[in-house]
Amino acid sequence: MIEKVLKGKSTYWMWLAVLGTFIAIGAACYVRQYMFGLGLTGMSRDVSWGLYISQFTFLVGVAAGGLMLVLPYYVHDYKAFGKITILGEFLAISALIMCLMFIMADLGQPLRGLNVIFFATPHSMLFWDMCVLWGYLLLNCLCGWVILTAERKQVHPPKWIYLFVYISIPFAVSIHTVTAMLYCGLPGRHFWLSAIIAPRFLASAFAAGPSLIILACLVMRKFANFDAGKEAIQKLTTIIMYAAIINTFFFLLEFFVGYYSEMPGHMHSLEYLFFGLEHDGHVYNNLVPFMWGATLFSFTGLGILAYMKISKVFDYRLVGVASALIFFSLWADKGLGFVFGGFVPNPLNEVTEYIPTANEIGITIGIWATGFFILTLLYKIAVGVEHEVES
Amino acid sequence: MDTKRRKFLKIAGAAALAGIGAPAIVKLTSSAALASEAVQHETAAHGEVAAATGVRLGMVIDMRKFAEQPELLDQAIAACNKVHNIPHFPNDRKNEIKWIWKAPYANVFPELESIHKSEMAKKAPFAVLCNHCDNPSCVKACPTKATFVQPENGIVGMDFHRCIGCRFCMAACPYGARSFNWQDPRPFIDTYNAEFPTRMRGVVEKCNFCGERLALGLEPACVEVAKSAGAMVFGDLNDPDSEIRKVLDKEFTIQRNPAAGTKPSVYYIV
Repeated sequence: MIEKVLKGKSTYWMWLAVLGTFIAIGAACYVRQYMFGLGLTGMSRDVSWGLYISQFTFLVGVAAGGLMLVLPYYVHDYKAFGKITILGEFLAISALIMCLMFIMADLGQPLRGLNVIFFATPHSMLFWDMCVLWGYLLLNCLCGWVILTAERKQVHPPKWIYLFVYISIPFAVSIHTVTAMLYCGLPGRHFWLSAIIAPRFLASAFAAGPSLIILACLVMRKFANFDAGKEAIQKLTTIIMYAAIINTFFFLLEFFVGYYSEMPGHMHSLEYLFFGLEHDGHVYNNLVPFMWGATLFSFTGLGILAYMKISKVFDYRLVGVASALIFFSLWADKGLGFVFGGFVPNPLNEVTEYIPTANEIGITIGIWATGFFILTLLYKIAVGVEHEVES
Repeated sequence: MDTKRRKFLKIAGAAALAGIGAPAIVKLTSSAALASEAVQHETAAHGEVAAATGVRLGMVIDMRKFAEQPELLDQAIAACNKVHNIPHFPNDRKNEIKWIWKAPYANVFPELESIHKSEMAKKAPFAVLCNHCDNPSCVKACPTKATFVQPENGIVGMDFHRCIGCRFCMAACPYGARSFNWQDPRPFIDTYNAEFPTRMRGVVEKCNFCGERLALGLEPACVEVAKSAGAMVFGDLNDPDSEIRKVLDKEFTIQRNPAAGTKPSVYYIV
């Protein structure tokens, strides 16, 4: 099946070339960081995690979001997802590869990474995160490949693969739960020390993953002659709406707890993210535009989807716009605000803001480009098999 | 190098065997402490912090004494920086490496901050260092056991050669006691001390309660400076006859963020 990536139209090769350019830029930036150290990033003693870990956190969600295709298709036998379930599995593969690359980019001593295995430490949540991320990656590679091979041969997939498909369902939940546990078990960080972090992560994941799949479907509809089917897309928008609304609800609960109890620790990070935190006569607010932008995007996206449901119209452009708005709002919420906001103020009630450097952004874009490169190749294979079967 | 190492091991071994050197500090038997604890436990109220068994090193910082002699804390910090090859990045908050440092009361005790506090709490800079917790969240978070509790004395130590630089411990520490080497620290060391290792970039570091000096029968560098004024008392918290316990029995002390449940070993007299 791999040979399918070698044949494509000029748009396909142009797209890969664009991604390749960004990958090259990212690689060059990483070489610089590798030679000098993480001092080339905007991270500091006070904000000790930055873009790398926040992108990792967001992308674990994107990977887990594939569950919203696998679960209806395999457990509820929802036939309309038959063509796109493989897209969810392949999205998980590329998102997880990005996650692992972001973790490696973030390590101060990357060559010692295997110490996590040599000195396995079960009381560290990072150890379990490694286990579930690798487990979910391998499960998706296995299930995706076996099922696609069967489809190509136009036979039923072997029975044993369903065991792994069903195992992958709780695994998808576990990857994002354990990732939430990296944060919500730390005693000194009020913003993260909340039992609702894991459910909120899952809700946002189940909106972000399907949003990206819809966007990919629309792109492939235009450029690769691949039609996911109107029913599948409509069902996905319903899933996205529920998940995004639940995510918003959970976030508003955080607001209630902070602002009704008026406990300073529970308010500070929210204040920093949404209104600017005044500290020693200076207002720190560099994330405020992102958070309000995310709020606006989220409600606009939900409004468009709701309009389409109520007035019973269906328009691919509107679906695309709404999915993109929701995807970016969730990215700003979890891929920026959640991680950076947790470090403000620090345990000594001091405020340091984080601004990523150009080199750091270069590496980040490079890793995203690598993920989309892999995703493109995988989707090329999936669509190629689809076309082969149809003809 | 070899002879130096042999000499070090000899001294450390001899000190340990004979219990000489600084027996009050590095006490290696703990039967007395065990016996006294059994009694204490019977009357412990719900939620009361139970002391660990064995030797558990701790520190009392008497801020009244530090406030009387403002230069004393600077000297103690300078002694630590020198002994541990701590790099100095002038006006660079991002790269700062801090083992023991100064901060206002409001920052050291944000949970205990009040509007009307003593003049001393308003003005004097407080000493801040790793609390060497009995239940350290950094140790729980570390995925490689590069930071760990030393069972013989309760010190929370660091293995600079095992640390992968994930900085999970920095996010986990509720006291902001940990620093990361964002770049090679060696060019920024003012005076090099060959007795203690320098660090490479990409690893986390923090106060080690001078474990390397204790092994030689010496007191921690900051304590050596501040103890004559009575500003710092160091010793075994589990030994009811130790000097530190006598101070703790007599004076009312506070600890940083006790609600975090980490059971710090550093006490403050304010």
